[in-house]
Amino acid sequence: MQCQECHKRPATLHFTQIIQGQKMEVHVCNVCAKEKGYMTYPEDGYSLHHLLSGLFNFDTSGLTSTHAENYQQSKDLQCPKCEMTFSQFKQIGKFGCAVCYETFNERLDPIFRRVHAGNIKHNGKIPKRQGGDLHKKKQLEDLKLHLKKLIENEEFEEAAKVRDQIRALNQDDDHSEAGDQS
Amino acid sequence: MTLQQFMNEAISPWMRKDGPDSDIVLSSRIRLARNFANVPYPIAADPKELEEIRSFFKEKYEGQDFGSYKDLAFVSIRDLSAIERRVLVEKHLISPLLAKHSEAAAVLISENEQVSLMINEEDHIRLQLYLPGFQLSEALQQAFEFDDWLEEKINYAFDETRGYLTSCPTNVGTGMRASVMMHLPALVLTKQINRMIPAINQLGLVVRGIYGEGSEAQGNIFQISNQITLGKSEQDIVADLQSVVKQLIEQERYARQQLIKQSGDKLEDRIYRSYGVLAYARIIESKEAATCLSNVRLGIDLGLLKNVSRNILNELMILTQPGFLQHYAKKTLAASERDQLRASLIRQRLQLEQ
Ligand SMILES: [Zn+2]
Ligand SMILES: [Zn+2]
Repeated sequence: MQCQECHKRPATLHFTQIIQGQKMEVHVCNVCAKEKGYMTYPEDGYSLHHLLSGLFNFDTSGLTSTHAENYQQSKDLQCPKCEMTFSQFKQIGKFGCAVCYETFNERLDPIFRRVHAGNIKHNGKIPKRQGGDLHKKKQLEDLKLHLKKLIENEEFEEAAKVRDQIRALNQDDDHSEAGDQS
Repeated sequence: MTLQQFMNEAISPWMRKDGPDSDIVLSSRIRLARNFANVPYPIAADPKELEEIRSFFKEKYEGQDFGSYKDLAFVSIRDLSAIERRVLVEKHLISPLLAKHSEAAAVLISENEQVSLMINEEDHIRLQLYLPGFQLSEALQQAFEFDDWLEEKINYAFDETRGYLTSCPTNVGTGMRASVMMHLPALVLTKQINRMIPAINQLGLVVRGIYGEGSEAQGNIFQISNQITLGKSEQDIVADLQSVVKQLIEQERYARQQLIKQSGDKLEDRIYRSYGVLAYARIIESKEAATCLSNVRLGIDLGLLKNVSRNILNELMILTQPGFLQHYAKKTLAASERDQLRASLIRQRLQLEQ
C-alpha cells in the first residue's frame, strides 16, 4: 500500500484518525508522518491529541488543549535509535525498535500488566547462542523449584539426585572462573 | 518450487492429511514473532534497512532445505498482482498486513506449505507453522526447531526481562501466538457457543469467527488462540489452550450426539438440503456457500454422506473466496459474476466425487 500523502513511498503507519467524530483510515510513510504532523517529533510543536489508538485504552478522551501541556512534558522521553517519543508510542501502540524498550522501561510495567494479565517478566524460551548464562540461570531456578517440591512431598531419594545436579551446575561455574584466573 | 504451485491448489499439501481429532480440529498453528536486534521495526525503519533484511533472506535462505520442510521458496510481495496477493492471504500463507506492505515485504514458503516465514510484516520475522488436526505441542516443537535454525544466523532482539522484543506490546515475551481452527456446527446449532465464548475469554484466550466479519463465524469455523505472551512459558500457554480445546471437542461431540438423538430427522434434512443446494445452485453467495459446506462436512463426519471427502470443506471454503475465484477466472470479477462462478466450481467439485 502506498503512502496517501506522497504516493511514492510505502505506507508504514496505519491508524485510525478521529476528527470531529469522523473516523478516517490513515496510511502514510514515516517521512510524511513526520512532515505532515501525523507524528510529533520534538523539533515541531504539533500536538497529536486528536490521534487515538484505543488499543490499550489509554485515557485520551479528556485530552483538550489544556491537557496538551502535560503532553509536551512527557514528550521529552525519546528513543535515541528510532526517534520515537513516548507519546507517539502511546498513540500508535507500537514500539519503533528494541531500544525503545530501554528508553521507556520505567513506564512500561503498567502497560504490560494491563495487556498480559498482570505479568511483566518473560518466562519462556531463551535463544541458545545469545543467552548462554541465562540458560544456566533458568535451569538452576527450575531445579531449585523442583527440589523444593520434592522435599515438600518427602521424596528424599529423588531430591538428593536433584541436589547433586544443582551442585554440578554450580561447580561448572567455579571451574570456568578458576580457568579464567590462571 | 514456483509461485504458480502455491497459487493453483486451494488447499495446501499438508491439509490433505488427517490429523488427530480432525473431525473437529481442522488445523493447529504456531506463530513466532522475531526481530533483528539492531534494526528498527518495519514501522520505523527506513526503506534501505528493510531492503537489506529482505535480501538477507533471499540470499541466505532461498532454496535451503530445512529438515522436513523442503526447498524454501522466496516470494517478493512487490512482484505479485493484487489477485495473487489475495490468494496467498486466503490460503493463510501470508497476512493481510504483509500483502499491504509491498516494498520490502517477502515470504519464504516451504514446499509442503507447512512453514511460511513472513519478512518485514509488523515485525522483521513472523514464522508460521501449521499441522493438520489437533497437534499443538508438535507444532510448537517444530516451530522451535525452525526458530533455533534461524537463531544460529540472526541476532534476535531479546532481553532477559522482557523476552523477545516485538513492535507491538501485545506480542512481547514469547512472541508466540498459538491457535487452532475448529469446526463447531453442533455448538452453534444448539446455541451453546454463545455462552462458551465469554468463559473462554476469561481464561485469557481469544475466540474468533474465521472467514467472517467480526465475531460471526462463517461456516461455523472458529479460531481459538492465546492472548497473553508475557509471564508464561510457551509450553504452559500451549497446555492452557490444549485443555480448552479438548473440552470444546468433547462438548461438540456430545452436542452432535444429542442432535441426532433429539432431532435426527431434522438434522439429516438440513444436511441433505445443503448438499442439494451445493450440487444444483447456479448462483451462490459466499455466506450461503459457507453454511451449506459446514452442513455437508457435518454430514460426512456423522457418516451420513459417504461419497464426499472430508477435505471438501477446507478446500471449497478457500477456493470460493474472491481472490481464488478471480485467479481461477484470470480476471477481476464483479460480485454477481463471482456468485455464478462459485456455484459452478462447487457443482464441478461435487460431481468429481461421484
Ligand atoms: Zn509519504
Ligand atoms: Zn526506538
